[in-house]
Amino acid sequence: MSQQEIDRLVDQDYKYGFVTDIESDTLPPGLNEDVIREISTRKGEPVWLLEWRLEAYKKWLEMAPPEWAHVDYPPIDFQSISYFSAPKKQGDGPKSLDEVDPALIETYNKLGIPLEEQKMLAGVAVDAVFDSVSVVTTFKEKLHEAGVVFCPLSEAVHSHPELVKKFLGSVVPQNDNYYAALNSAVFSDGSFVYIPKGVRCPMELSTYFRINQQNTGQFERTLIVAEEGSYVSYLEGCTAPQRDENQLHAAVVELVAETDAEIKYSTVQNWFAGDDDGKGGIYNFVTKRGECRGDRAKISWTQLETGSAITWKYPSCVLKGADSLGEFYSVAVTGKKQQADTGTKMIHIGPRTRSTIISKGISTARGQNAYRGLVKVLPGAVDARNFTQCDSLLIGDQCGAHTFPYVEAEEPSAQLEHEATTSKVSDDQLFYLRTRGMSEEDALNMVVNGFCKEVFQKLPMEFAVEAEALLGITLEGAVG
Amino acid sequence: MLSIRNLHARVGDKPILKGIDLEVNAGEVHAIMGPNGSGKSTLSSVLAGREDYEVTDGEVIYMGQNLLDLEPEERAWAGVFMSFQYPVEIPGVKNIYLLKAAVNAIREHRGLTELKAAEFLKLVREKLKVMQMDEAFLHRNVNEGFSGGEKKRNEILQMQLLEPTLALLDETDSGLDVDALRVVGEGINRMRSPERSVLLVTHYQRLLDIVKPDFVHVLTQGEIKLSGDYRLAERLEREGYEGIEAA
Ligand SMILES: Nc1ncnc2c1ncn2[C@@H]1O[C@H](COP(=O)(O)OP(=O)(O)OP(=O)(O)O)[C@@H](O)[C@H]1O
Ligand SMILES: [Mg+2]
Repeated sequence: MSQQEIDRLVDQDYKYGFVTDIESDTLPPGLNEDVIREISTRKGEPVWLLEWRLEAYKKWLEMAPPEWAHVDYPPIDFQSISYFSAPKKQGDGPKSLDEVDPALIETYNKLGIPLEEQKMLAGVAVDAVFDSVSVVTTFKEKLHEAGVVFCPLSEAVHSHPELVKKFLGSVVPQNDNYYAALNSAVFSDGSFVYIPKGVRCPMELSTYFRINQQNTGQFERTLIVAEEGSYVSYLEGCTAPQRDENQLHAAVVELVAETDAEIKYSTVQNWFAGDDDGKGGIYNFVTKRGECRGDRAKISWTQLETGSAITWKYPSCVLKGADSLGEFYSVAVTGKKQQADTGTKMIHIGPRTRSTIISKGISTARGQNAYRGLVKVLPGAVDARNFTQCDSLLIGDQCGAHTFPYVEAEEPSAQLEHEATTSKVSDDQLFYLRTRGMSEEDALNMVVNGFCKEVFQKLPMEFAVEAEALLGITLEGAVG
Repeated sequence: MLSIRNLHARVGDKPILKGIDLEVNAGEVHAIMGPNGSGKSTLSSVLAGREDYEVTDGEVIYMGQNLLDLEPEERAWAGVFMSFQYPVEIPGVKNIYLLKAAVNAIREHRGLTELKAAEFLKLVREKLKVMQMDEAFLHRNVNEGFSGGEKKRNEILQMQLLEPTLALLDETDSGLDVDALRVVGEGINRMRSPERSVLLVTHYQRLLDIVKPDFVHVLTQGEIKLSGDYRLAERLEREGYEGIEAA
C-alpha cells in the first residue's frame, strides 16, 4: 500500500456513514476506529481489550502489505470487507442433509466422515437428544477435572482475563506483520487453551473440536499456553471442504510452551480453492508462531494444506529455552491455479536448541508451490542444530516448485544441514503400479502418499487416514 | 492363449518391432533370446501396455480379447503379469502395502473377496518362504535400496502372489548369484501349470537348464529370425548369435 493510499484511508470519512443497526448481525463494510469500537462493544469486551485492538489498528495503518511472497493477486480493498458478523443462529441452516449440496455430501462420504458429524459440519440443525451433545458434555467434564481450560477466546476474555492479558500478543506482537496487525485489530474469535503445570491433556483436542465446530469468522485468533511439564495435542481444521463467502482470511495462532512442556499443533486445511481459474477461492494469510520459553520445551507444527486460492503461511518456532526443540512437518498441495507460499522460521536463541524441517510440496495442473524457510541462529545459541529437508513433487509439466531456504547463522558452533530434492511422478512408477492392477488414479495416490509419508506419520492417527483420502480427492483428475 | 500377429511397434520415429509372429498355447513356456537392443523388452512392454510404444501394425489376441485395446491395469486383471528388467523404486511405499493392494485389486476384478490383513500375511509368508526372502523385505520401501538380485526375487514374489495366466518375465535371471538363480528358477517352475503360459526373456542357458522351455525364439533387430526347441538355446550358448546368423 502506498503512502498516498494510507493517507487516504486515514483521512477519509466513512463513505456510508456509521449507523448502528441493532437488528443486524453484520456490520456494513469498511474499517475505521468506530468499527473497532463497535466490534468490541458487540462482543462485550473489557476496556483493556478495546484499547489493545485500537493500538493494533494504529500500527496497521502505518504498515504495508508484504510483497515478497511468491504469489500474485490483485490488491485487496480493505474497505470493502465487513469486519463483524455474529455467529449464525441455529435454525438458519438446512433442516436435514437432504437440503445440503450433494457434491459436499459425496466428499464427506469419500472422506469417511460419520453421518452425525456430517450434519454438524454442514450446519444442519440437530436435535437436543443428538448423541454428540452428550459426548461434548463428557469431554467438557473430563477436561474440567484435569484443570484444562478450553473455550472460545471471547469467553476466556471474561472467564480468565488475567491469562489472556498476560499471553495475548506475547508471541505474535501486534505489529509483527501487516496481516497480524489487521487480525489484532479486528479478530473475530478462536480457541483458547490453557494446560496447567504437569497436566497431560487427557484427549486430543481435535476430537472435541470437530464436533463442536464454530463459526470463528475470517479473522480467527487462537492462543495455546502449556505450563511447565504439560502436554497437549491440538488439531485445527478439518478435511471436509470449507466454503466461505469471505475471501480474505487472516488468522493468528500463538503457542507458549514453558519448561518441559510440549505442544503438538496439527492442521488439515481444505479451504475452497476456487474454480479452475482460481476464481472464488480463499486468500489465506496466516501468522502462526510458537515460543519455547522454557528449557527442553517442544513445539511441533504438522500441516496438510490443500485448499485456498492463495496461501501465505509460515508456522514458526522461537527456541528460547536451552535444549528446546522445534519441528515443522508440512505437505502443501497446489493444483488448478492455486498459489502457495509456505514454510517456516526457526529462531534459535537458547543453547543446544534443535529444529527439524520436513517440507513436502506437491504441484499439479497450473499450481505454484513455494517453500520459504528461515533458520536463524543467534549468538549464544551454542551447538544449535537444524536439519532441513525440502522435497518437491511435480505432477505434469505446467506446474512449478520453488524453494527459498534462508540461513542466518551468527553462532559459529551451530550445525545446519539442508537437503532438497525435486522429482516428478515418473511414467515408470505409474506403469509399474498399473501392471500390478492399480488404476492410474490409485497408482498416482500411492506414489504421492509415499512421498508424504514422513509428514502423515506425524498426524494423529484418525486424521492421517483422512488426510490420505483428502489427498486422493485433491489429486482426482491430475493424470490422464 | 496368446497370438501375436505381424506386430510392429516404434518409439517416436524409430521402428523397433518389425513384424513379430508368435503363438503361445496354454501351459507352454517360450524363451525369447537375442542380442542387446533387439527388442525383447519392447515386446514385453508392448504386451503389458506401456504407452511409450506406438503399435503401428499387427494385432495381439489374448484369451479371445484384443489385448492392445486394454489399459495396463485391465491386462493385469485379465491375468497378464510382467516382471521388469529394471524394477521401479517407489519411495515411501512399503512393499507389503503394494503387495496387498495389488493382490486385492486383482482379486476384486476376479470376483473374489478382499483378503484381510491376517489372511494376506499368512499368504505372503508362505510365498516369502518359497523365494527364501526375509520378512524384512515386506517393510522396506518398494525396491528402494534392494540389490539387483533382491529386486528380481521380489518380482517373482509378486508373480507368486498374483497368480497370472500369462507371465512375461524380462531377464529375471540377470544379476542373480548361483543360489538365487535356483530359487528364482524353481519359483517359476512352481507356477507352471496347464493353464499358465510364460514368456521368458533371457540371455543365458543356465536359467533354461532349470526352467526348461517348450520353445526358444531368437529375436534379432525386431524380428523373430529363428525358432526351435530347447536345443536351440544350447546351440546359441556354443556358437553365439553371430554364428547362428551366419549359418
Ligand atoms: N523409450 C525409448 N526411447 C528410445 N529408444 C528406445 C526406447 N525403448 C527402447 N528403445 C530402443 O529400442 C531398441 C530395443 O530395446 P529393448 O529394450 O527392447 O532391447 P532388449 O532386446 O530388451 O535389449 P537388452 O538385451 O539389452 O535388454 C534399443 O535400441 C533401444 O535403445
Ligand atoms: Mg531388455
